[in-house]
Amino acid sequence: MSRNLYDLMGLAAAVLFILALKGLSSPKSARRGNALGALGAFVATIIVFFYPGEKGKLPLDNLGWILGAIAIGVVIGVPAARMVKMTQMPQMVALFNGVGGGAAALVAIVEYIKLGSSASFAAVLATVFTVVVGCISFSGSIVTFLKLQELMTTRPVILPFGRTLIFANLAAVIGVSGWVMRELGTSPLLILAGLSLLFGVLFVLPVGGADVPIVISLLNAFTGLTVAASGYVLEATLLIVAGTLVGASGTILTRLMAEAMGRSLFGTLFGAFTQKAQDATGTGEERPVKSGSPEDVAILLNYARRVVIVPGFGLAVAQAQHTVREMADLLSAKGIDVAYGIHPVAGRMPGHMNVLLAEANVPYEQLVEMEEVNPTFAQTDVALVVGANDVVNPAAKTTPGCPIFGMPILDVQQSANIIFLKRSMRPGFAGIENELLYDPKTTLLFGDAKASLTKVVSALKSL
Amino acid sequence: MSEAMALLAIFTLAIFVGFEVVSKVSSTLHTPLMSGANAIHGIILVGAIIVASHSHTSLELGLSIAAIILATINVVGGFVVTDRMLEMFKGKKKS
Repeated sequence: MSRNLYDLMGLAAAVLFILALKGLSSPKSARRGNALGALGAFVATIIVFFYPGEKGKLPLDNLGWILGAIAIGVVIGVPAARMVKMTQMPQMVALFNGVGGGAAALVAIVEYIKLGSSASFAAVLATVFTVVVGCISFSGSIVTFLKLQELMTTRPVILPFGRTLIFANLAAVIGVSGWVMRELGTSPLLILAGLSLLFGVLFVLPVGGADVPIVISLLNAFTGLTVAASGYVLEATLLIVAGTLVGASGTILTRLMAEAMGRSLFGTLFGAFTQKAQDATGTGEERPVKSGSPEDVAILLNYARRVVIVPGFGLAVAQAQHTVREMADLLSAKGIDVAYGIHPVAGRMPGHMNVLLAEANVPYEQLVEMEEVNPTFAQTDVALVVGANDVVNPAAKTTPGCPIFGMPILDVQQSANIIFLKRSMRPGFAGIENELLYDPKTTLLFGDAKASLTKVVSALKSL
Repeated sequence: MSEAMALLAIFTLAIFVGFEVVSKVSSTLHTPLMSGANAIHGIILVGAIIVASHSHTSLELGLSIAAIILATINVVGGFVVTDRMLEMFKGKKKS
């Protein structure tokens, strides 16, 4: 393959990536956009095997190793992506982002070892940047994965002297970076990699559960920038374009997500540096709540004119999306006006709940976004909260300083009756007590969301 | 224009394209868009293949092989998982 043809194919792949991101920004073209992106990646990977080397030498060295490694990656990646449950999608994205960051860091370490004394300052800088940021992205993503998978606490982890620790860590990263840029040496570079890995962990630990998606998006943008820096060192234009696209669009997306959740981007990202102890978990004293039977719930629903269902992550965990649709169909058949109030971050990530309910064939027109559904709660007879908590918690409006303060919520407290389907009195993902549970117009139905809904459905049928 | 300046120009222009293409996205699509962008940066696979091909010591080769495995998981898994999410959206429109 001639150099010009190679570069032209690379350019085509870059255009495909731009079209992919453009397509993914609109619901109609999203799936095609993703397919174009995959095509771009395929083209880019195929042509590198025909890379016109210095003496026009073909094929690549170590070809067997390379193909074997790709095969291993495919054998791990495809089944993981195919088998992951829809509810576990966010942590899967975090994990994929982490391995991407790890790959970029490894590539940069090899580049670094190969850098001769003739290497330009810019090349050395780009290499060291990739090692640092790639490692941060890798370890940070692993921590977000552990948080989302609930393999560790979802609450902010505030270490003793955490603030001193992270500043010391940052200073060490910068100092050692300067060192490895002046004197090329493999051992200092490995120390730098270790320090950067530690920084990623310290950076993400203090982030509360509700803010984790924003951090994943940010780390995603970071990984994009490392790919661009690698492209600079390897003089691979395509990597520069693809990496920069992801870095730039990821930054915008991070800001959009923070806006949708009413979060301060600055507060989220620099929580690690300020380490404000965020405590609004309540006093933990026993207070009376009103719990009801499935029959009570069925009667409340049966005599309502308008019901708004607020689905949350609990619904997803219990796989209750089909049962909830069955109940909604039953209510619609009785002439009751039924809508689903979808919070932008219901579930674990923006848009996550839409995906889950679409899977259960809930009619599109019944899914109402927060801005549209909020003014209707005053005319709503029953708000049925299924496994959601933080997204309806009035503390977001009333308790300055609590982790979700400022997040827009669904105003279910304005409806005539509120029903919570909950597993227990345990607070939600953000770990904050919900005053609404003690409201006199609230009825609680304890138990697994699917089991409870099934009982409500049979009670409704016998009415 | 030197090689380095040309690369810098490409980098700068790509920033603006990146900002522009995603400036207006409904929150419904945030997750798939993040996931798709995530898959695109898996193209570091190309970089990993290039360094693997130039590796001469077993340390270099070992590290670059590990990079290829991780990058392949990122790019292949990323596109497959995004497609699965978007498949759900398509089903919604039909019903």
